[in-house]
Amino acid sequence: MLSLLQIELFKISRRPRTYIAFAAITAIVLIFQFAFKADGQSYMNLMLQNVQDNFELDRSKAINGYFMCYIILNTLLVQVPILVALIAGDAISGEANMGTLRLIMTKPVSRTQLIMVKFFASFLFTVFLLIWMAVMALFISLFIFGADDMLIFRVKGDESQILQITKDDVLWRYFAAFGYAAVALTVIASLGILLSVFAENSIGPIVATVCIVIFFTIVSNINVPIIDKNVKPWLFTSYLVGWKGFFYIGTDVDGQPIKGSIENWAAIRNSLYILMAHIAIFLGIAIYSFRKKDILS
Amino acid sequence: MIKRIIHVVVVLMVFHQIGFAQDINMLVSNARKKLDKVSDYEASGKMKTNVAFLKIPVANIKLYFKKPGKLKLKSEKGVSFVPKGAMSINLNNLFSGNDFTIIDAGTDKVDNINVRVAKLLPNDDNSDMVLTTLYIDPTNSLIVKSKTTTKENGTYELKMKYGQFAEYGLPDKILFSFNTKDYKLPKGITFDFDDGTSNKAATKSEKPKKGEAEILLSKYIINKGISDDVFK
Repeated sequence: MLSLLQIELFKISRRPRTYIAFAAITAIVLIFQFAFKADGQSYMNLMLQNVQDNFELDRSKAINGYFMCYIILNTLLVQVPILVALIAGDAISGEANMGTLRLIMTKPVSRTQLIMVKFFASFLFTVFLLIWMAVMALFISLFIFGADDMLIFRVKGDESQILQITKDDVLWRYFAAFGYAAVALTVIASLGILLSVFAENSIGPIVATVCIVIFFTIVSNINVPIIDKNVKPWLFTSYLVGWKGFFYIGTDVDGQPIKGSIENWAAIRNSLYILMAHIAIFLGIAIYSFRKKDILS
Repeated sequence: MIKRIIHVVVVLMVFHQIGFAQDINMLVSNARKKLDKVSDYEASGKMKTNVAFLKIPVANIKLYFKKPGKLKLKSEKGVSFVPKGAMSINLNNLFSGNDFTIIDAGTDKVDNINVRVAKLLPNDDNSDMVLTTLYIDPTNSLIVKSKTTTKENGTYELKMKYGQFAEYGLPDKILFSFNTKDYKLPKGITFDFDDGTSNKAATKSEKPKKGEAEILLSKYIINKGISDDVFK
């Protein structure tokens, strides 16, 4: 199993498309960092709106490495699922396309084992991608912008809020958020593998995965009460942004943030369960379908 | 006979008014004398901001003042939201320049202290201050409350409690109230995680809401000189 995984990782590392994801993340992060270094005040003015009429805020302190990473992740975690789909959607269909799937199946490797290895390889790719994101978006941003208290701009129900997390209370939240993101992106990877089982070439499952993610993400962000209640809870994309929950700091009755707290851990935990259930379901269907499949190529 | 009585009553009323007017001027002057003892100070303390949409921690602050009217409120570390009207937390600034008229507005009670009320009207039409009401404790010649209405930044209210620096008219605790506007981000701009809890806005009115900053000042360094660089 381990040697199979090594082979799988070797194959992923030899594909040029693997590095598209890392290059894309690097380019996007660098552009964001440049834009905020050049004119971060405009973004801050947009978010602060009329708060500026009543309060003075040192914006140069507010635009710091932690804040930057949050902004970048906000954007990237919409796009990263697409990058994960590039690899996962190719897992089985890529072999079928090259005619190597039948060859693999002549070896003493069960179909379940093959799917699991493909899944673990995609999972590890996702983890490496997130580590790269952490290096670029968090550590490079901290190097460029420095560390300070972090501001979170949030719409909660009918209210907008500004949350402040002290700088010594931020880093663990990022580690937790990246951990959550790994689970969330693994859902995309398992969806890609599932669709990959039914195709004979890579393009179909990659495009299908991307389309599903984009469509569901759009629906998840439409603010219509009937969709909020009846549709969103059933879409896995509604839970992809659950990592933000780690930055919604708990407050006391006076509205003062409580250091080390999370406002709604139960919601994050439930979202994690739902995402893990999706992984199990997608993977289960993929294994079931692959075991039944006639491998003709 | 009746004419004589009316005459006496009118004379007494006029004298009483004059006496009262001098009294309130004297009270304001006495309160001011205490403040005038201070040329500069540096104070350390904590600021707790209470505004509905701001969830921010208690800030460790430093407050610097230098005559005639320089004031700087700085957070010792971290990002801080400093209310814009914070200039008025220094009472010396209220008296910068003598160009105002004092009107006696009678008596009142502030936190069970009997106070005299003085209204300060600026004589300069271009002054940002429209009206300041001072509530002065006549026993100690200390301003325990003030309300300032400005042209640009609404109304500010200050409540002061005094301790060991009362002889300089410097408070240990300041409760600073100010008007805030609604803060509303467009939905969808922040891609928030919907955790199932939602806040319903209390009111949708455009009326100004109140914000408060409670400032506790524990240590003053008075008249030891402060560099102008602090205020830059």
